[in-house]
Parts: sequence; C-alpha cells; structure tokens
Amino acid sequence: MRNITFTQIIRETLEAEMQRDQTVLLMGEDIGIYGGAFGVTRGLIEIFGKERVRDTPITEQAITGIAIGAAVGGQRPVIEIMFMDFITLAVDQLINMAAKLHPIYGQPCPLVLRTPPGAGRGYGATHSQSLERIFFGVPGLKIVAPSDAEDASALLQGAIRDNNPVIFLEHKLLYPMRFQVGDTLPGPSELGKAKIARRGEDITIIAWSYMTVLALRAAEQLAQEDIQVEVVDLRTLAPLDTETILASVKATGRVLIVEEAPLTGGIAAEIAARINEAAFEYLDYPVKRHAGADLPVPSAKNLESACTPSLESITKAASDLALAE
Amino acid sequence: MLLQEAYRRMLLIRNFEETIEKLFLEGRVMGTAHTCIGQETLSVGVAAALQPCDAMTTTHRGHGHFLARGADPARAMAELFGKSIGYSKGRGGSQMMMDSSIGFYGANGITGGSIPFATGIALDAQMRKTGRVAICMFGDGASNQGVFHESLNMAALWNLPILYVIENNGYAMSTATVRGLANPCVADRAAALKVPGIRIDGNDFEEVRECVRHHADKARQGKGPAVIECLTYRLSGHSRGDPRVYRSREEEENAWKKDPVKTFEKTLIERKIASESEIELIQQQTAQQIEEAVQRCEQAPEASLDEFQNSLFSP
Ligand SMILES: Cc1ncc(C[n+]2csc(CCOP(=O)(O)OP(=O)(O)O)c2C)c(N)n1
Ligand SMILES: [Mg+2]
Repeated sequence: MRNITFTQIIRETLEAEMQRDQTVLLMGEDIGIYGGAFGVTRGLIEIFGKERVRDTPITEQAITGIAIGAAVGGQRPVIEIMFMDFITLAVDQLINMAAKLHPIYGQPCPLVLRTPPGAGRGYGATHSQSLERIFFGVPGLKIVAPSDAEDASALLQGAIRDNNPVIFLEHKLLYPMRFQVGDTLPGPSELGKAKIARRGEDITIIAWSYMTVLALRAAEQLAQEDIQVEVVDLRTLAPLDTETILASVKATGRVLIVEEAPLTGGIAAEIAARINEAAFEYLDYPVKRHAGADLPVPSAKNLESACTPSLESITKAASDLALAE
Repeated sequence: MLLQEAYRRMLLIRNFEETIEKLFLEGRVMGTAHTCIGQETLSVGVAAALQPCDAMTTTHRGHGHFLARGADPARAMAELFGKSIGYSKGRGGSQMMMDSSIGFYGANGITGGSIPFATGIALDAQMRKTGRVAICMFGDGASNQGVFHESLNMAALWNLPILYVIENNGYAMSTATVRGLANPCVADRAAALKVPGIRIDGNDFEEVRECVRHHADKARQGKGPAVIECLTYRLSGHSRGDPRVYRSREEEENAWKKDPVKTFEKTLIERKIASESEIELIQQQTAQQIEEAVQRCEQAPEASLDEFQNSLFSP
C-alpha cells in the first residue's frame, strides 16, 4: 500500500493511459511546461512531448471543439478546463456537438473533459462553482464525480476507454488529500455504478465528489451518537445508478441528498423525484435535500462556509432527519 | 473530376434543392431546410479539388457539399422525410448528417459550430500523418462567431492542414454582409494571424477548384492553414418560407441572369466539352435520379424509436 495524493493518482493514471494508448492526447491551458493550474499534469510533457501534452491558448470553446473533432478523427483526447466555472465557454460544443454525435450522427466521440469544481478555497464566485447540473439533463453526456483516489483512477481509465464524451470532475479540495492506495493502479471501472461507501441502517446520505468525503466524516461522528448512516457515493451522475439509490433508500427509509451547488434546480431535486416516484411507500420521512445557498459563492471565509454544506451542517441535517418523528 | 461529371453534380444539387422546396410546398416533408441554389458550382469546385481521404465539414446549408462529395441523394433526402434509410436514420433532419466513409464530417445546425470541430479533424490528421486535409465550409455570417478566430489562431500556431472556405453569399439570413461585418472582406481577417487570405469568384468552378487544390496541397505539405473567401449569391431564400423582405426582386432577377450553373453549361457547350444533346441527357438523368430518390424515401420504413432509444451512447 502507498499513501498518495489525489493529484498524484490522477497524474499516474494519465501517464499509464498515455503509455498504453498512443492516441491518448492531453490538451489544455498551461498543462504542459507549467503542469496545470493545480499541478496535475506536472512532468508529463517531459515524458510524452509537446505534441501529446499540448499547451493551448485561452480558448475553452476551441479546445473543446478541437478535441471533439480529433476524437471523431481517431484520437482519445483528454482535455483540462482549468476551473469548472470556465466550462460555460465550452457549453455549446459539449451540448450541441459532443452530445449529438452518437445518437444523431452515429459517430463515437471518445472525449474526456477533466475539470475541478467546488468551493472551499476562497477563490470567489467565478472560480468555485459546481456546474455539473448544466449537463445533467443533456442526454448523450456522461458525468463522473469520484470522491477518492482508487475510484478516481479506475473511473478515469474507464472514461478514457469509453467511446462517449465524459465530463470528469476533480473537486479542488480533493487534490491535496492523501489516500491509501495499492502499489499498482486499479483496473478500469465501468461508468454508471454508485457504491455504498459506508453501511448503516438508520439513514441514507447520497452524495458525490467532495460532499461524499464530508458525508463519511459526518457518518463517523453520528455513529458515536448511535445513528448508523449509510453513505451512497454516486461516483457517476450520468448515467445515474437509480437502482443502488433505491435499494439503500428502501432499506433505511430516510434519505438526505447532499449537493454542494445551490439548492434550486439541482441534481438532488431529480434524485428526490425519482425516490418519490419509485420508493415513496418505503419512506419513513419525506426526502431531504441539503445543498448550497441560492447565492453566488462568496469569497470571505465565513460567508463561503455559510453558503456551502460543511461537516457541521451535514451532520446536523442528517441527525435532524434521523431523529425526526 | 471531368467537367461533364462536375456539371452532372451541379445539376444533381440544383435538382435536389428544387425538389425539396417543392416537397415543402406540398407538405410532403417535415422540419426545415436551407437550400444552396446559386452556390452549386462552388460546392462542386471545392469537392473537385479534394483527395478521397480529405475531410469536409459544412453548415446548415450543406446539401450541396454533401452531394458534391458523392452522397446518395435518396439517403440525404430521407432525413427530410424522417425515414430510416437516412444518413442519420431519420433522426437528424437536413442540418445533421454525416458520412465519414466519403470524408463528409457533417452538416451542423449551429452557425460556426463546425469550425473548431473541423480544426480537430485536422489535428488528428497531423498527429496520425494521414496526409488528409480538412476543409471547413461556412458562411459570411458564421465568420463573426468568436470561435472562428480561436480556431484559426490555433490552426496557425500548430500549422494544421485545414482550409477555412467561406461562402460569402451576401447574406446571413436577412443581414446583408455589409450590415454584419465591419470589414465585409472575410479574407482580410486572416492577415491578422499571418495566414494566407484569398478572395475569389466563388461562382467560377475552375477558379475555385484551382485555388482550393493549390492551398490543399500546401496544407498537405505541412505549410498550414489558409482562408479562402468565395464570393457567391444565394438565389434561394434563407430557409423554407423566407419572404425575402431584405432584398429586392430586381436584385434577384439580376443575379439569376448570372446563374452559375447555366453559365457553366454555356461554357461546356462553347468549349465543345459537351454537346447540347449530351447536356440534355445529363439533365434527364439527374431529374430521374432525384425522382427515384423521392420514391425510395416515400417507400422507406419510418425512423425506428426502439433503435433510437438504444443508441444514445456508443458501445
Ligand atoms: C448559433 C446559431 N445562431 C443563429 C442561428 C440561426 N441561423 C441559422 S443560419 C443563419 C445565418 C447564417 O449565415 P451565413 O453564415 O452567412 O450562412 P448562409 O445561411 O448564408 O449560408 C442564422 C442566423 C443558428 N442556427 N445557430
Ligand atoms: Mg451567408
């Protein structure tokens, strides 16, 4: 076993995939000699050269569109959008091109777009958003949001080998976190499978990405108060593993969905609707959502933490729900 | 491509487009379409300059490019009929069809949307050293999308084998070029990035073919992209049901007098490349081909919902 950072395992995974397959190609702003804004691709240009680790101008729409074209041509591009907030400039290419290629034109599009969402660093309203909801309702796109290193590696391999466009979320608070991992990388994982990250019978918390980390910590605290929390880590948001969600909800009868982004119009709302439609009679209490404030993410530390779910707020929301009559 | 064959393709396109307009009026097809009447010689001129391995992308106004590259008119038309034999199995409509086996990488309903996409195809060609050149066709209106600048900059930086071929047909929907472009010469924009920018008569088949061939060869040799602006005129309305309030009937009549297909036909006769009876035969044959295409479309099975639902993702 080894103890390494999330950043390190993503880098190793990219390196291994590039060694395995000559058509895997990295593109993005400052990913080459600089190694990426978060240092994820550091050192890869020295191994693979500037053709396969391509520094691009600041042009999210063209990076994305060019990667889509290269994917249809025969490459397996993995692009980096420096902060998820900047994906707004690439939305047209993702929604109107990548998502339509297979269902309408009949063309596979093996593209991976890696990007860090999330608050917690005081970067402010245009560098802290979790915008996966933009793509959640777009048929044809896959969205992957791991919460630990082994899963991130397995899912990134799965995403690179998938013949469809995949948006791969690397929460910026995960990057410096350390994880116990095997001496060798895990094998690729199929996309679209949630996992039970912790077993418990009193209440289910559904989360993804960094919110799973907080949910697991909350579960640990609540265990001391004799509240047994089951944590479902979605891992993939699209396609959504409704089956695993429903199985857990049916077993506990109480469910809290945690989403970092604003409450309104979120992914949690869709999950809640599915639970109500398919497992209403199993519920002991109405489905609860705990999400970010309906406000832009502010930069001041006290404001930022008040506006996004925290360990304390998740623990309280879960405890309230578990004890509600 | 022999000149007689070029003429046959121009006529096929003209016939295809006129038939579609008629089918819409008769209520026999669905959705919308943008015909390229008046721009046929341009389509065929570009196609005639290409190698089979080359890749072309186009826009909402793409039937001509597709047919010029050798598409089956019945399968293209079937997209308007919503039939299963269509290039997109009836799911795409007029603006969304692709056949990579003939180097046609798609029409695109988003104005300017194919510009980075084509640039990516050129990047793949460069990385795999396939000798392929990408040809990105788009309009004067699309040239105003920021992604043109973004893509051209990257193509120039990376020396990609791509030609941006602009069909300046005078209008972007209702907006005359002079009302949409501060400098109505699109080719001029290339200079800012030190890319060759050429403006030619897009209605002159041979001029188009020679210019595209010359720059495609250069791109193939690793000399990078070029911008070729072809001046033409859209004789048809923008899309079906366009009342054409933005231009005068007189302007249109004058343009029709210079109909490029008729002009090309006259040249063939003058240069004794085809006799009048040969021309007539080609006209009959293409008319029949289109008639057969309509029949095939009408007889074809409807688009399949089952199959569509099962093809959201690629295996
Ligand atoms: C992003 C986007 N904006 C607007 C439209 C609507 N639209 C379709 S074609 C067109 C005009 C395009 O003009 P041009 O690029 O000159 O091509 P032309 O129609 O003349 O062939 C417009 C405004 C669209 N389809 N996509
Ligand atoms: Mg135009």
